[in-house]
Order: sequence, then structure tokens, then C-alpha cells
Amino acid sequence: MDHSIILNGKQVKVGDISPTMTVLEWLRQTGFTGTKEGCAEGDCGACTIGLLDQGPDGPTWRAICSCIMLVPQAFGRQIVTVEGLASDSGLHPAQQAMVDKLGSQCGYCTPGFVMSLFEATYRSDLDSHWKMDDQICGNLCRCTGYRPIREALYEIAGRQPTDRFSEALDALPEIPAVDYQRGDQRFVRPEKWGDLWTAMSDGPVRFVSGATDLGLDITQRFMAFPLLIDLGLLPGMREISPIADGWHIGAGVLLSDLEAWSETHSASLGKMLRFFASRQIKNRATVGGNLCNASPIGDLPPVMLALNAVAVIRSSGAERRQPFAPSGSDPGFWTAYRTTALQDGEVLAGIEISELHPSTYASTYKVSKRRELDISAVSSAFALRLDESGVVADLRIAFGGMAATPARALKTEAKLLGQPLSQSTIEEAIKTLKDDFSPIDDHRGTAWYRATVAANLLRGFFEEAQGGVRVTLPDRPTGTIFAEKN
Amino acid sequence: MAGGLHKPGPHESAHLHVTGSAKYVADDPGPQGTLFVLPVPSPIARGRIISMDLRSALAVDGVHCVLTVDDIPGDNIWGPILHNEPLLADGVVHYMGQAIAIVVAETEHSARCGAQRVELEFEEQTPIIGIESAIAANAFHTDPHIIERGDLEAAFESASMVIDGVVETPAQDHFYLETQAALAIPEENGGYTIRSSTQHPTEIQKVVAAALGIGAHHVVCEVPRLGGGFGGKESQASPYAAYAALAAARTGRPCRSWLHRGQDMAWTGKRHPFRTDYEAAFDENGMILGVIARLYSDGGWSLDLSGPVLDRALFHVDSSYFIPAIRVEGRVCSTNIPSNTAFRGFGGPQGMFVMEEILNRAADAMGVDSTELRRRNFYGEAPRDTAPYGQVIEANRLPQLVPQLMEESNYAARKRAIEQFNQTQQHVKRGIGFQPVKFGISFTASLLNQAGALVHVYTDGTVQINHGGTEMGQGLHTKMIAVAADTLGVKLDAVRLMTTATDKVPNTSATAASSGSDLNGAAVQGACLTILERLRPIAAQLLGDEAASTSVTFRDGCAWLGHESGVPFAKVATAAWAQQISLSSTGYYATPGIGYDPSIGRGRPFFYYAFGGAISEVEVNGLTGEYRVRRVDILHDVGNPLAPSIDVGQVEGGFVQGMGWLTCEAVLYSPQGRLLTHGPSTYKIPAAGDTPLELNVSLLRDADNPLVIGGSKAVGEPPFMLAISVISALRDAIRTFGKPGSIVELGMPATPEAVLRAIEHQRIESTAGMDKRHG
Ligand SMILES: Cc1cc2nc3c(=O)[nH]c(=O)nc-3n(C[C@H](O)[C@H](O)[C@H](O)COP(=O)(O)OP(=O)(O)OC[C@H]3O[C@@H](n4cnc5c(N)ncnc54)[C@H](O)[C@@H]3O)c2cc1C
Ligand code: FES
Ligand code: FES
Repeated sequence: MDHSIILNGKQVKVGDISPTMTVLEWLRQTGFTGTKEGCAEGDCGACTIGLLDQGPDGPTWRAICSCIMLVPQAFGRQIVTVEGLASDSGLHPAQQAMVDKLGSQCGYCTPGFVMSLFEATYRSDLDSHWKMDDQICGNLCRCTGYRPIREALYEIAGRQPTDRFSEALDALPEIPAVDYQRGDQRFVRPEKWGDLWTAMSDGPVRFVSGATDLGLDITQRFMAFPLLIDLGLLPGMREISPIADGWHIGAGVLLSDLEAWSETHSASLGKMLRFFASRQIKNRATVGGNLCNASPIGDLPPVMLALNAVAVIRSSGAERRQPFAPSGSDPGFWTAYRTTALQDGEVLAGIEISELHPSTYASTYKVSKRRELDISAVSSAFALRLDESGVVADLRIAFGGMAATPARALKTEAKLLGQPLSQSTIEEAIKTLKDDFSPIDDHRGTAWYRATVAANLLRGFFEEAQGGVRVTLPDRPTGTIFAEKN
Repeated sequence: MAGGLHKPGPHESAHLHVTGSAKYVADDPGPQGTLFVLPVPSPIARGRIISMDLRSALAVDGVHCVLTVDDIPGDNIWGPILHNEPLLADGVVHYMGQAIAIVVAETEHSARCGAQRVELEFEEQTPIIGIESAIAANAFHTDPHIIERGDLEAAFESASMVIDGVVETPAQDHFYLETQAALAIPEENGGYTIRSSTQHPTEIQKVVAAALGIGAHHVVCEVPRLGGGFGGKESQASPYAAYAALAAARTGRPCRSWLHRGQDMAWTGKRHPFRTDYEAAFDENGMILGVIARLYSDGGWSLDLSGPVLDRALFHVDSSYFIPAIRVEGRVCSTNIPSNTAFRGFGGPQGMFVMEEILNRAADAMGVDSTELRRRNFYGEAPRDTAPYGQVIEANRLPQLVPQLMEESNYAARKRAIEQFNQTQQHVKRGIGFQPVKFGISFTASLLNQAGALVHVYTDGTVQINHGGTEMGQGLHTKMIAVAADTLGVKLDAVRLMTTATDKVPNTSATAASSGSDLNGAAVQGACLTILERLRPIAAQLLGDEAASTSVTFRDGCAWLGHESGVPFAKVATAAWAQQISLSSTGYYATPGIGYDPSIGRGRPFFYYAFGGAISEVEVNGLTGEYRVRRVDILHDVGNPLAPSIDVGQVEGGFVQGMGWLTCEAVLYSPQGRLLTHGPSTYKIPAAGDTPLELNVSLLRDADNPLVIGGSKAVGEPPFMLAISVISALRDAIRTFGKPGSIVELGMPATPEAVLRAIEHQRIESTAGMDKRHG
């Protein structure tokens, strides 16, 4: 079978490459050096390219980081690089805007920005400035200070010209199944569940979804994988569907799609996703990857805990439901540092989230050194329901960054359950946080900072919740409590 | 194409940038057969190498050879100032990541596998990490450099308030988006062409020639463009070029070296962290009477450029203020980390920050507005117009600039609005801060202030220009094209700027110290003027008035006598050729009248000063310490700008980079000397969302600088320090979380954690570090 990639409109055969070669390496080796490497860890955006993908409302162009996408993941797919944008009639609007607004100095970050602007050109939902800033928060520039680049973005965002790129959106991009072996590494992308179970029986397997975590094992730690199985093509993986009292979200749903969905379905989830990684990463990263990665500083796990979500786990011939939160002797989904309840032969197929009780107030907060594109020092998700008499009827306090696993503050919760919510009960309960957690020092924050912020976030949350008003977020909030706009 | 002299327009390579066709060194895979070169880094920070076994490395598929210090045909030792840095470790290692050997292989992959298989044994010693440890171990690279004047004893005697304390400023990684890269191609006759991402091609040429043991004439260094430099490629690009050249010499094949981000960050030096112990005396009106400051910089393992970096820090402790009695003393500490190096501002920001912090703390202690305190202490009329090292601050633009900035930024009204806002808010507070900048322009090693150019005119009237500067995004080439086109009176597209190369313009200084366009611009202009001198008689002949040759002017692509009769430039050039007159010339420029004597701490180190001012407003979250810069207004003095839009870009970019230094960028080493923040995942430079919500930059009008080409001023570094205004604004906001009169204790960089600590401290403390000996 031929393995090829449609690069800038032309089908390019991919020669003998290692299954863990990244698209960036392949591009540069193929002579497409316009795409740059600035970090090979998804954090600078210099490697950004466009990928034609299936979106929630049909085909869509996505800006993605080529430095952590594996070449076999791109097999059969259409990608576009900075070299492929201009046409005989001139520069692409994204390029022209960068020239007009003086968006380049040394020019090294420029191709990446151009490609992020490229996606923006065809987006129809860039209706606020924070969303536009989010579009480029995955691109670093050391020269310009960003103001001109931002102006270039504002100029072209949502312009949706009619051109060969918009025409490409008319047809559903085909994503083929893949089975590619070179040397002692093999990459499989099954399109049927049955094929998955068969492939899995071939030896020690590592699953891959967006590769935004796994990619780092390759580019930073130079690991090799005998058998990689991409779960992205399996039926249902990328779907969000209603269930009895809530929603089933496929494990393969991309975070950018989930973010768009949560705008109308879950404010608290949406708020966390707004400060999650970058557009390029969210365009590849999946729900399942984030939860199975089991990082103690992952951002979705606390949300799962606070929203009482349930993992839907599938194996050949069986499906089971595992609540994320611990209860009784069940340790929940995250059983130890970077370990999940998934057994050999199991994959995470999706999650189930129930509708919140109408009087429950839930919110999420992420605190990091840098607001955009940074890993949390502390991430948190809280849900509170008071009964008619103002007594705490239901409370879930969940944190990331405070322990070896994402965790609920069970002791603190217990202190408040059944109590009226007042300054003194809150302060009394917050004292208990230190019995729930003893956070650590690292380069993201000291134990002091984590403990102090965790307590303050909780204070802020209760204040917000008691305010009764569901505060609508002003543009670019700085944290928990926001100044009134003025 | 650019807009021409004094006109706005994009970068000369903008079109290439946005289409991905601008080529950087690492974009060139090299000719067929190019090998990859990778250093073998020391895994320990300090110790002796007991044994090195290369056998399994050499056995790796694709590995050609592994070179050690014994394989260097010429000089293993280099160094930008002192000649004391081994290219490859000679028995001892001084920092983690120091190159011990280089692996030369078919591919990067095999080079990496080979490097991993070099077996090393060490006798480890405890590394010295951090300034405190160096002071304790008495480990210094330099003796104290002292600048002093005035009667300090009297100043402190008569003071109504004395404060003392410590000011620390952090390291900063350059984080140029393009990492270090070089390609070495062996040529016939024993020559080498080196393509390097360097700010200093002549240094590359010298280091390579010395390492290979050949004459400099055998080495040509070419620099197509840099994906950012910021000082990080002034001295520290050299070893990577030398490794490629050594490998090329050994194998006879082209060799390239290129660092991954993690390697680049772990192996190269950064902005020097400084620690300063100070005492400062003020009178009852808040006037500075005297300052004593002892500055220590962390030089890392070798001296590199630390000497002049420290000098510039000492020169800038005065910031924009007149300090009647002062003693500043500085030393470079020796530690076991990569050698810290040049970085935009070159010590200036570190020196200035000391005084700014003193003023901020004094303002807190006195309960006065720090902006007001700053304005009171400005340099003024004689005798308040002389810097501690004896240079008169001529053409001080601050008296004109600051009131205009205050007015345009609506400072007074906003200050009141912020106070009102803060009264209504419990968790969120706003603050506003002002920062003036006075920055000395010239290399402080005076002899470096020279530049050359080479200009060719062709018979069709088109022009090639070469100059010694490198293009790294700062727009130097854009400006040089404009200078040449303007001088020769031809269209911009008649001028082509050639790749910077040491065979065109020799013996150059680094493109650094903000001096690129001042020096190279004068050299380019000089070369053009020489050619015009030769063309004038010819043009006069063609215009039919041989006697009037001195009145010939060149503009709009023609030579003119008066306004009516013009003859095309091409025609003049062709006629000159036909008359056997040279159409090519070099140009050369050296800055006149500067010099400094460090033994007495007196002189005129700077040709002139650049000025600027910024007002920043922030909003701080008292629960988490997170904050946002809401608005920044900058008024900056670039003289009569050669390329105004390029200069605005420098101001904005410099400001945001300065903000990064003081806010989010934290360089962390472990006690063992391991860099913990070695990629953008752990080291956070400002992202788009950190840019001030509103950023208003204006250039001071009618600010012609007669000393420099086109009336312009240097712009690369001075705006960096405008970012200190963000710190003053943060302090202003943090202060309101506590009682008046207490000194805000804000550590640098002011990460959300540092801010929250300061807020918590403010909530508890009311006075600290204050000594009211008098009054
Ligand atoms: C630049 C950058 C920024 C980031 N920022 C954030 C952030 O702000 N917050 C945050 O939480 N994370 C962040 N991450 C981490 C990462 O992007 C997320 O965890 C992401 O959701 C992972 O999803 P993925 O689909 O890419 O996972 P992959 O990398 O494909 O997989 C991750 C792990 O999960 C396993 N896995 C994947 N899918 C399944 C499945 N369905 N069943 C079983 N196992 C599975 C894989 O085997 C692998 O071990 C960031 C990463 C990068 C590179
Ligand atoms: S190279 Fe930095 S994000 Fe890909
Ligand atoms: S223009 Fe140099 S990094 Fe953006």
C-alpha cells in the first residue's frame, strides 16, 4: 500500500521513514523549510501548518503543530504549509495582512503565525477579542511584542474568502485506515473496533490520540514504540451525543471542538478549556488523551471530578462505567501517580457528564505562571448546591497540582456539608485543606503558593457562588474574581 | 519594499518571511554529503575528567569520528575578550553541558546515539551555583571596578532618611526563535566558508582560523540572516561554528551543527543575574543625596563579555537621576553555569533597576508617589547635569519628553481614577507606574565603535551594498537600503543588499550595542558619497556644464544641475565606466571623541544618549497574584528615525521583552547546576495575551540628532528598560493591599507567585527595612 500525504494540493509519496518521524522533520527533510522548529514540544508554534479535518459542523481547516504530529497520522490527509498559501494572484490574505501590519521582524516565527492566521481566515466564530488572542496564543514571537501581529489577525479573522482553501471545505476529507511498519516500529490506525482488538493482540501497545503528550516522548525523550495504535478513526470516538440525563462525549473529541460545544452546554468546562494549552494543541489534543495521561497537573481531571463524570471504558466485547471520583474503597479513575484504572485490553471510549442540578453553581479556575499556554500550578473545579435554607447540600472540591493525582478535597467537603455557608464556616473548612493536601515545590510554584492559591480560589468561588449572579466573564480575566468592567 | 529614508514601511524581507522563503542557516541542509556535528555535553557542573572511552560511540552506525581536544590542529582556546575558553574540555569541566568532545556523523540521529555512548568518568567537585555561593567562596572573575564622586560621608550625615537593602535582578534566556546554527564548507586551497547565525562574523572567522591553525584569509564567514540574536549570538555562536569547521577539516566534508531548543538553553549563557547591596540617603524633600551600591553579577564559568556588561551596569546605576555623592562598585562572580553573556541592554537594565528599586522603596517609605519622586530627581541644569563618571548629559530630552508623555497618557486623571477604583474593590487593585530612560550609546570598549561598507554601482545604475552588520530582525538592512538609495538618489529597488560576509567587509565589530545603523549607516553613506564625488564631474559634463560639477545633485534616479536638466543615473554610471573611473568604493566610519579610563572611573564612554519614557497600568488579582497589563503609553526618542515603523517595532518588541525579564521569565538552576527551565514548556516568555491590552507608542517629534546619520538615534536596546514601569505599577497596586508607609517587597521576576507573596507580606507588614536615623 502506498503511503502519501497531500501536501499543498499535491499528492506526495512518503518514502521509508520511521513511524515516529514527525511531520515537521519530514517537511524540512523534503525541502519545505519554510516551516520552522523552535522547540519540538508544541510550545512555540513555529512549526504550525494547516490540516484539513472534520469539524463539528463539517470540514474545517485547523492550525496544528507539525512538530508533534507523527507522519503516519498524516497519511492520506491534506496539509498546507506556508509555502502553499500564495497563488499566482498574490499573497494569501493572512500573508498580506502580516506584511501590511509589519508583523515580522526576524521572520522566524512568521510562518507559524501566518498559518495560525490562515485558520482564522476561515473561522466563523471569532466574535470576540479574547478568542482572537486565543487563536495566536500558541505562537511565540521574541521580536515584535505581538501588537502588529494581533492587528494582522483582527484584519483577516473570519474573512472567509472564496479560494481553493474554502473550496477544499466542500468535500468531507477522507481519513484512511493505516497499518505502517518500518523496522521494529509499527503504527496502526484502525477504522473499526474489531480491527482495534485484533491489532491490540499483537503485543505491548501504546495508544495515541492527538499525540500532544505522546509526541514529547518522541521529540524530547527519543523513545521508540513497537506498536502505536491511533484511536482517532474509531466509530463514535469523535462524537458528542445526548444520553438520558446528560451527554456522552467521545474520548476522541478534540478539545477545540469541546470548547466550542461547552460555550452553550457547560460554562465551567468551557472556562477551563479557554486557558488550556493553545489553539494548535487543542486542535489535536483529545479528551481521552488528557484523562488517560493521568497527569496530576492535567486540567480536565478536576473538572471531571467536580462534575461527577463517569468514564466509559471499552474492551473487546465489554463496556464498563467507572466514575472518575473515588468513593468508598473504589479509588476512582486515577489510582496512583500517572496511573489509571484502565486494565490491559481496555481503552477509554468516552465520558458521561450529567446535567447539573439547576441550583448547582459550578466553576473552574486555572492558575499558572503565564496565563496562556502554560501548565497549571493549580487547577481547580468546584460545584456547590445550597438547599433553600442556605445549607450546603452538595459540594465537590477538586484540584490538580495539589497531590500525586487529581483529587477531591474530601475532608474539606465534609466540613461544609450540612453547614450553612458563612464567612466562619468557610474559613473553618479552608483550614482543613491542609489535611487534604500537602503540595510540592517545583518550578511552576512552591508548596506555599499552591496551598495559598488553593485556599484563595475556594474563597473566591464561594464569594462568586453567593453573589448569586453567574458573573459573565469580561474579556481576558485575570483569575477568580474579576473587576467590574469600567 | 521598504518605504525609504524616514518613511514608514515593512521590513525589507517581509515578503520572504510570510511566504516561508526567507532562508536561515539551518534551512540549508548543506551540499550533498554534509555531516552533522554534535557536542558531547558534560553531565556534571564541576570536576576533572578521569577517563573518556570513545569506542562504543565510534561503533555507532553512521558515526565518522569523535573529536577531542587532542584533535584540534590549532588553538583550543578562544574568548571574546580574555583568551581563556577551551572549545573542548581539556581535563576539567566547569559547567553542565560544557562540550567535552564532538561527534561527527551522517545524520543527527546517529550523532545523538554516538554522543550518548561516549563513556566518561569524572572526579566531581561541588559546583558553585549562584552569586551568594560565589561571594562566600571568594570566586570572582574580576577585581572591583569603582566609579565614585562627591562626599558620601556628608551626604549620609545630613540625610533625613536612609534606606538600605538588596536588589536582585534575574537571569533571562535570549529565546531567539532560531537556535544556534552553523555550516562549514571546505573550499579548494585549504579555505573554508562558514555560514553562521551570528551577530559577529569577524569573531567566527577568527575563532575558526585559530582553531584550525590557518590564516584568517582562509576563512570566509557569511551570515544570511538571524532568527533573532538579542546578544545571545554575539560571542556564543562561535563554538558551534568552530565545531562544524573542525569536523569539516577532519573529514574533508561539509559539516553542520544545529542545536535543539533544550540544548541551546542548557549550553549557552543568559542575561547576567545581579545582586546589589545598597545604601541610599535622601533629604526631607525626597532628593537623593548619596548612593552606595555594590553590584555583583553572575558571570558563569568564564569571563566572556561579563566585564563590559558590568561596566555598562555601573554606568547606568544613575538611571535618569542626578546623584551628587555616589560610589558604585562592581565585580563579576565566577560560578559553574554556562557563561552569561550579552543580552539587549548589556548590563544597562540591571544597573538602572537598582536605582529604580531604590526610588520605589524610598517612595514607599516616605509615602510619596514614586512618579513624583522620579521627576524631582532628574538630571537638570549644571551642576546637576553630569554623570558620576564625568560625562555631561548633553541634549537631555527628558525635560521635553516627560511632560508630553504625562499629558498624552492622561496620567493625572488616570491616577485618580485608579485610586477610586481601588477603593471600591476588595480583591482586585490597579496601579500605575512611570519609567524614564536615559541610555548611553556606544560600545563601552571605545575601539569597537567602527564599521565598514563596500558599495558597487553598475553601469545600468543599479547598486549593491555590503556592510559589516548582521540582520537579525532589527531592520538594519531595511535602513541601510534606505540610506544608500537616499544618498545616491536612486529608487529603493535599484539597491540590493548583499549577504553579510567577511570577504566583503573585513574586521567588523559585532552588531550590538544598538549601534548597527549608526556605525554601518555612516560607513554605507561614506562609500556612496565617495562614488558620487567621482560621478559629479561626469554628470556635469553630460549636463553640459563641466565647471558646475560641485553643484550636481543626485535624486529621483538622475543627476541634476538645478531643477530642469537631469540625466539618468545609469547614463552617468556608464559614462564614468567609459572614462575608466571606478564605480566601487569602501566606506569606513569610527565614532569620534569617546573614551573612558576605568582606573579612575572617568571619561566620555558614550557618544550620545537615547531617551524615552513609559507609563504602565496594571490590574492585580489579590487572590492569586495574577495580573494583566492594561495599558502602556510610550514616548521614545529615536532622533529623526531612519525607518519610523521599524523603530516602533523595536520599541514595542524591546518593551515586551523587558517585561518578560521582570515578570514571567524565570531561569532556574538546580544546586547541582542543572538548568531546570530548558524549553518553552517550562520557561515562559511573554505570549500574545501578555501584550498590554492597549499599547500606544509614539516617537518624539522634531528630535533631530545632529551627531548621527540622518539625524537618527540608536533604538535597539533603550526601550527594553521602559518595561521597568510595569514593576512600579505592580508595586503601586500591591501597596494598596496593605497599610501606607510599608515598603513593598516584590521579588523578581514578578511572577504571580512573587506578586501574591508581596501582597501577603503587605497584608502583614507595615514597615520594613527602614532606618530613620535622622528626622
Ligand atoms: C504545548 C502543550 C501544552 C499543553 N497544555 C496543557 C494544558 O494546559 N492542560 C493540560 O491538561 N494538558 C496540557 N497539555 C498536555 C496534553 O496536550 C493534553 O494532556 C492532551 O489532552 C492530550 O491529548 P492527546 O489526544 O494529544 O493525547 P496523546 O498524546 O495522544 O495521549 C496521551 C496518553 O494517553 C493515552 N491515551 C490517549 N487516548 C487514549 C484512550 N482513548 N484510551 C486510553 N489511553 C489513551 C496515550 O497512550 C498516552 O499515554 C499540553 C501539551 C502540550 C504539548
Ligand atoms: S516547534 Fe515549537 S511548537 Fe512545534
Ligand atoms: S519576528 Fe522574530 S520571533 Fe517573531
